[in-house]
Amino acid sequence: MVWKIFLFLLLSFVSVAGIAFPIVEKPSAWYEFPLIPGLEENAKIIFFHVPTAWLTVIAFAMSTIFSIKYLRKRNLDDDAKSYAAAQLGIIFCILATITGAVWAKFAWGSFWSWDPRQTSIFALLLIYGAWFALRSSIESEEKRASLSSVYAIIAFLTVPFFIFIMPRIMAGLHPGSADDTNAGPVVDFKMNSNMQLIFFLSLIGFTILYFWMWRLGYKSIIYKDKLNKILLTSHN
Amino acid sequence: MNSKAFALFKKDFSSEVRTRYAINALVMFIIIAISVILFSVGDERITPGLTGGLLWVVIFFSAMSGLSRAFVSEEERGTALTLQLIASPATVFSGKVLFNIILVFLMNIIITLLYSAFFDEFIIRNFLLFLITFLLGNIGLAVSSTIIAAIIAKAGAKGTLYPVLSFPILLPLILTSVKLTLYSIDGTTIEESIFELAIVASYDGLMISASYMLFDFIWKD
Repeated sequence: MVWKIFLFLLLSFVSVAGIAFPIVEKPSAWYEFPLIPGLEENAKIIFFHVPTAWLTVIAFAMSTIFSIKYLRKRNLDDDAKSYAAAQLGIIFCILATITGAVWAKFAWGSFWSWDPRQTSIFALLLIYGAWFALRSSIESEEKRASLSSVYAIIAFLTVPFFIFIMPRIMAGLHPGSADDTNAGPVVDFKMNSNMQLIFFLSLIGFTILYFWMWRLGYKSIIYKDKLNKILLTSHN
Repeated sequence: MNSKAFALFKKDFSSEVRTRYAINALVMFIIIAISVILFSVGDERITPGLTGGLLWVVIFFSAMSGLSRAFVSEEERGTALTLQLIASPATVFSGKVLFNIILVFLMNIIITLLYSAFFDEFIIRNFLLFLITFLLGNIGLAVSSTIIAAIIAKAGAKGTLYPVLSFPILLPLILTSVKLTLYSIDGTTIEESIFELAIVASYDGLMISASYMLFDFIWKD
């Protein structure tokens, strides 16, 4: 219970700090952020865009890990964990796409320009959608679990291509592309230490929130299955 | 094991020649796809770069139309169980991949020839680069399509789900192959395109190894 209150306070602080702290030329007080040329007020979206993108990849990775576990042990609990992770993953993927498009409108002028990293998040959205479509087309529990596990593993193998190789090789607008002179506000440390602190707190807060939601998700799936089985057998 | 896989490939090949499905339906599909593009473009001028991209559109949709037959036909004819009994999963997969590779190469040679005939702007300057792209890209296309075909054959979802599942998996291959085709149209040297070639080659290697390892889990009921 205590850590839930702590999480609530942490995320509230991050949300308020991320949105309300002023951006000034020369930050003097502890609650002021520096002015990054080109971004100005819009820099605040970094506190929400990067954690959602980070979490969607984490969710996909966890879904894959539990898929591998399921294929080895054939324990349907692992399938439930994989499913719960994927549910959160697609939500964060949609959020990352939307926040990314909003940021793109400010920084690059249009909501969508098929920059390699934008293409990657769109591909990730397609992977999630395809995974859920595959699951809904199979009735048998074990078959659904094993086929969707195989697909998750195959899809995860293409993720390194999307996330690491292609955006770095091809020219693009997103920070960290081949023709980008700076690596972005985080790595280049254009943020001062206050901003970095809020950024990392946001990352940590959202990650804890994700793990909490994931735990609730997979437990509810497992309990629901157990209840269904008991109801089915008790009717006889 | 190799001779068994080759025997499986021969069985599929003979049944194709007998029914001539691939020759009839697939080639018709290719002709129709190219015709649709020609009609949609009309009198507008297409840049050479655009023709390179459209080539892979036709290749992708023809693959989606034809490559799932390898496994779906087994399920439909009821011979999947027999296949499970007579051969190990790796052998079955080798036979099916060989069949799909031959099918993809035949299809894409027809597509490329028709394409060059109908689109005047499609002129390849660096032919060797195009050949390497063609080779590597087709192998990757065949292998990925085969493993996804195995998944949907077992899922009972058949046609509609096949492009949905395949597209995200094939996306790195398609994006890089389109870039390489544009390079070969522009006349870029092979040394300059080495990154993209490495991406396609590593994609092929990755997909081949992963497919063999994962096929056991799909195939065994």
